[in-house]
This record gives sequence, structure tokens and C-alpha cells, in this order.
Amino acid sequence: MAMTITEKILARAAGQESVAPGDLIMAKLDFCFGNDVTAPVAIDEFERAGFDRVFDPDKIVVIPDHFTPNKDIKSAGLVRQMREFSKQHGLTHWYDVGRVGVEHAFFPEQGLVGPGDVVLGADSHTCTYGALGAFATGVGSTDLAGAMAMGEAWFRVPESHRFAFEGALGPYVTGKDIALFTIGQIGVDGALYKAMEFTGSAIRGLSMDSRFTICNMAIEAGGKSGIIAPDDITKAYVEGRFRREPRHYTSDPDAWYEKTYSWKAEDVPLMVAKPHLPSNTQPADELISIKIDQVVIGSCTNGRIEDLRQAADILRGRKVHKDVRCIVIPATQAIWRQANDEGLFDVFLDAEAAVSAPTCGPCLGGHMGVLAKGERAVSTTNRNFVGRMGDPGSEVYLAGPYVAAASAVAGYIATPDQIGAPTPAEGRRRS
Amino acid sequence: MTALRGHAWTFGRDVDTDLIIPARYLNMKTAEELAAHVMEDADPGFAGKVRPGDIIVAKENFGCGSSREHAPIAIKGAGVSVVIAKSFARIFYRNAFNTGLPILVAPEAVDGINEGDELTVDLASGEIADLTTGVTYQAQPLPPFMQELVAAGGLLPYLKTRAAAS
Repeated sequence: MAMTITEKILARAAGQESVAPGDLIMAKLDFCFGNDVTAPVAIDEFERAGFDRVFDPDKIVVIPDHFTPNKDIKSAGLVRQMREFSKQHGLTHWYDVGRVGVEHAFFPEQGLVGPGDVVLGADSHTCTYGALGAFATGVGSTDLAGAMAMGEAWFRVPESHRFAFEGALGPYVTGKDIALFTIGQIGVDGALYKAMEFTGSAIRGLSMDSRFTICNMAIEAGGKSGIIAPDDITKAYVEGRFRREPRHYTSDPDAWYEKTYSWKAEDVPLMVAKPHLPSNTQPADELISIKIDQVVIGSCTNGRIEDLRQAADILRGRKVHKDVRCIVIPATQAIWRQANDEGLFDVFLDAEAAVSAPTCGPCLGGHMGVLAKGERAVSTTNRNFVGRMGDPGSEVYLAGPYVAAASAVAGYIATPDQIGAPTPAEGRRRS
Repeated sequence: MTALRGHAWTFGRDVDTDLIIPARYLNMKTAEELAAHVMEDADPGFAGKVRPGDIIVAKENFGCGSSREHAPIAIKGAGVSVVIAKSFARIFYRNAFNTGLPILVAPEAVDGINEGDELTVDLASGEIADLTTGVTYQAQPLPPFMQELVAAGGLLPYLKTRAAAS
């Protein structure tokens, strides 16, 4: 029976020859985790249900990243509970400040998730790991509690929707623009409960960092998962990094898709999502004279090294506008060091941007850049809901690093062209 | 099962989890703490107005966004007896079952019910009666697997029973 990559992974995890959309399965999990928002609730549920041991201490991580370094006394208490749980159950991996990073950048970087895995995370952006050719989906704390105890979870096998991008992307156009373009086309529930499979020559030409960005935002279209079939770029990324044996699956040519969308890559412009939904998109160059107070470059969506290089390409030799605060947040310690080694921090500091320790921080209005009433930010993060970055009367415009950095310089939403940046070098163009 | 009874609070589409419980309160986790801020950024007075048994009625994609289980915990903690919507975001749907917040998919009811209407809801049959207008609606039946989960008393008891049986 012909299957999609998603169906093949789920069939393997359910111990079945095949599965079909709509089937209910119990799947064995390769990895599960929660963060400082979701794990404490999961630990409470785990203990309340009377579980006394975890299924496999190698395959569970509770990771503090949302309010890290702890923003207040209550968040410090949450992380203390996680630290104690991790010790009590002998979890193999514990990462704290100085070693930790934003989970969806950190776990792939550390080789804890990889191709063919079934990953269950108590965080909605768990779908990020689909970029590795894994089935990865977000759940809540009780599901995580069950997963930590049993090592399995129930799933309804999702219908797959295929998003094919063919051809070459324009200058400065990245994975973030593909993600926002897709969500703008289909809406925030356009792929509700579905597996979003990204295919086509434009996707195959993307770096891993851009692929992570695309799969990261599948949830913003309601998707259960996002996925990109592994290829040589995936294999090169995973080589020497992934701690288990990768399992490379691809969709059969005659696999069934509930829907297929086909777009030309050249038709994807530099995108911005206006308040207050990620689907409220418009080409960046159509937005004129929208003054901003803050720019955030970071997060599980765009806090990787390529994103920082893109921001630095724009900020090099320029200054952040005098009325703008620009905050750069490398997503992990390794990315921080890499950016430092490449001299990117000199660029940011010369431009008068601030550089933070890895954290989710301002993305969810936690700390490190919360907005006041009436303030407006351009952010490389993933959500622009009411109050997402602070006061319910503040506004977030979502964009990729190029537009975010150009906007920081201009003081209003701007494209690199609009601030006079040259067309990027060929080597950066395809990323 | 006795019917649930309360007044309707109506909301639009794409009510996201930041509206249900803003992230600035995610350093807390108890139902009491969270309930004090439920729906705060959608309707700042909501927590003070909602009465035990009341019913949230919303359009498409209720609960979209974050995986925070704090959202159904806050709603349930505020005394809301059931959420009726045209559709639910996937993670919220799972979380509602897992935390024991009843939810029903009933598009016609959502179109017909007005804010403040008095409703009764029979979860077993899925019948929703609008006592103010006199109209009754039928919610979509729960998928059989979800009925099994509910009958077992939630996800964790279900998993324990299943493990004991194998």
C-alpha cells in the first residue's frame, strides 16, 4: 500500500505494516520532553496518577527555556521542580543555564532527535523536527505525563497535505517567507489536524536552518506536524550529530494526499504577518510608514546561526534607528559561540543592538523585551496574537531576519532594498 | 448524567491560547491562580462575570496556538461547564479531554445561540437546549476512542488500565 512519509513513520512506531489516515494507533515514542511552562504541570499529573518510574531515562528531557534565566521567583520554583524530578528519576540529560538553549533549536543541534523518529513534545512548536524527516507533534502536559510513564501515545493518523514549491527563491527570501506565505494562503486553521509535507526543488535547495523555520510554523496553520523528506542536506546535518541510527523515509510516488498546493518559489515575496494572526500576511514592500519601537531577532523559529548571519549582513556598517531597541537572541550556547567566533557580535554591538543569553523570553512576553501598551515590534518569532509580547495593547509584526534587521535600521517596517542594502551574495541567496 | 446548565458567553473565531490565559501568568499552574485571569485579553472583566456552570460558545479553531494545558485548566477552574465551538484546534482538543473539560463540536448551535442565553447540555446525548429561544441542537457525537478515554476517567487511568491488561 502506498504511503506518505508520515504514514510510514507512524506505521513503524505502531508496529504495523501500514496505516491509513483516520486510523487510531498507539505509537512507541523515540523522544519526549516538556519545558518550564509545561513540564511542571506534567510532573504534577505524573505524580498524582501514582506513576513512580519513567519508561526510559534516556528518552525524556525536561528543559528550562521559556523564562530562562529564571525571570522571577515563581519561574525559579518551576525550574527547581524540574531539576529535582530529573535527578529523582535519573534522567540522562539535564540542561540548565549555560548549557541550555531554546528547545527546538537545541534538541536537533544536540542530536537528540533525528530522521524517522516519533517525537512528542509538550510544546506546540515540536513540529519543528519534521525538518529532519521525523514525525514530531506538540501536546499538553497530561499527554507528556502519560508519555513519560509509558513511552507511547495515541494518535489519529493525519491526512497529509502537500505543499510543493518549485523554482528559485528571490533575493533575501527565506524559509520564514515560505512559512508565512503558506499560512497566508491557507489560514490559521487551513491545515487543522493535518500533516503538512513540504516538497519541490525550492525546498530541496534550502539549508537545514531554513527548513526548521518552515516546519516550526506548521502549527500556525493548525497542522499536527510539518515534514520534509530527508535528503543529502539532512544527512550531512545529522552525520556525526544524531545519537541514534537515522531512519530515512520518503513518500511513495503514488501516496494519497488530501490536498496538494503547487506554488512557484519566485512568487513568494518577502512577507510580513500583521497583528493579530500569522495568517494576516502582506508583502513587506507594501507596508509603508509603519513605525516600530522594537525588533527581536531570535526564537525557535529564527534564532539559528543562518538567521543571525542574515541579520548581520543587513546591520553591518549600519546603526539601529535611535527610536528602536534591537534585541538579538542566539537560540543556543553553541550558536552563541559560533556567532561570536564569526564576529557577528561585533556587528550587532557596533549597530547598537543588544545580545541576550539563549531564551524564549520576549516571544511569549516572558522577559527580555516585553512591550508596553501602544508599542509595536517586528519580530522573527512565530506568533503575533493579542498581547503575545506584552501588553494586550501592543502589536507584533512577524518577519524573517532580513526584514527585521532592515526595519531596525529604518525605524519602520522596511525591506533590505528600501534601506539600500545590496542584493545578497549568491551563497546566501538560497538559504 | 445530569444536564449541565448555564448562561452562554459568545466569542469569535481563532480564540488563541494567549487570549484564554496570557503567557505572563504561565509562571503559575494551579486552577485557582489561572482562573482569575481566564480570557483576560479577550474580555478583561470575564473572570469576574462568569458564573459556575456557564458555557463558552465560540466559532472556528477555538484554542489555537500554544500547547499550554493552563488554558483548559483556567476555563474549568473558572467554573465553565462546557465549551461549544464550530471546531477546536488540535492540541486544545486533546488537552480538554485530558484535563476533564467537556467540549462539544456543534456548528449550528454556535450560529443560533446568543450571548446570555440560558442553555442546558446533555453530554451523554450531545443535546444542547437553548431555553431562551426554545431551540434544541445536536452536537457531533464523540469519536468512539474519545468515549473510551472519558469512560476510563481520562488519559492517565486509560494508559494504566491498558498497561495492566498487556
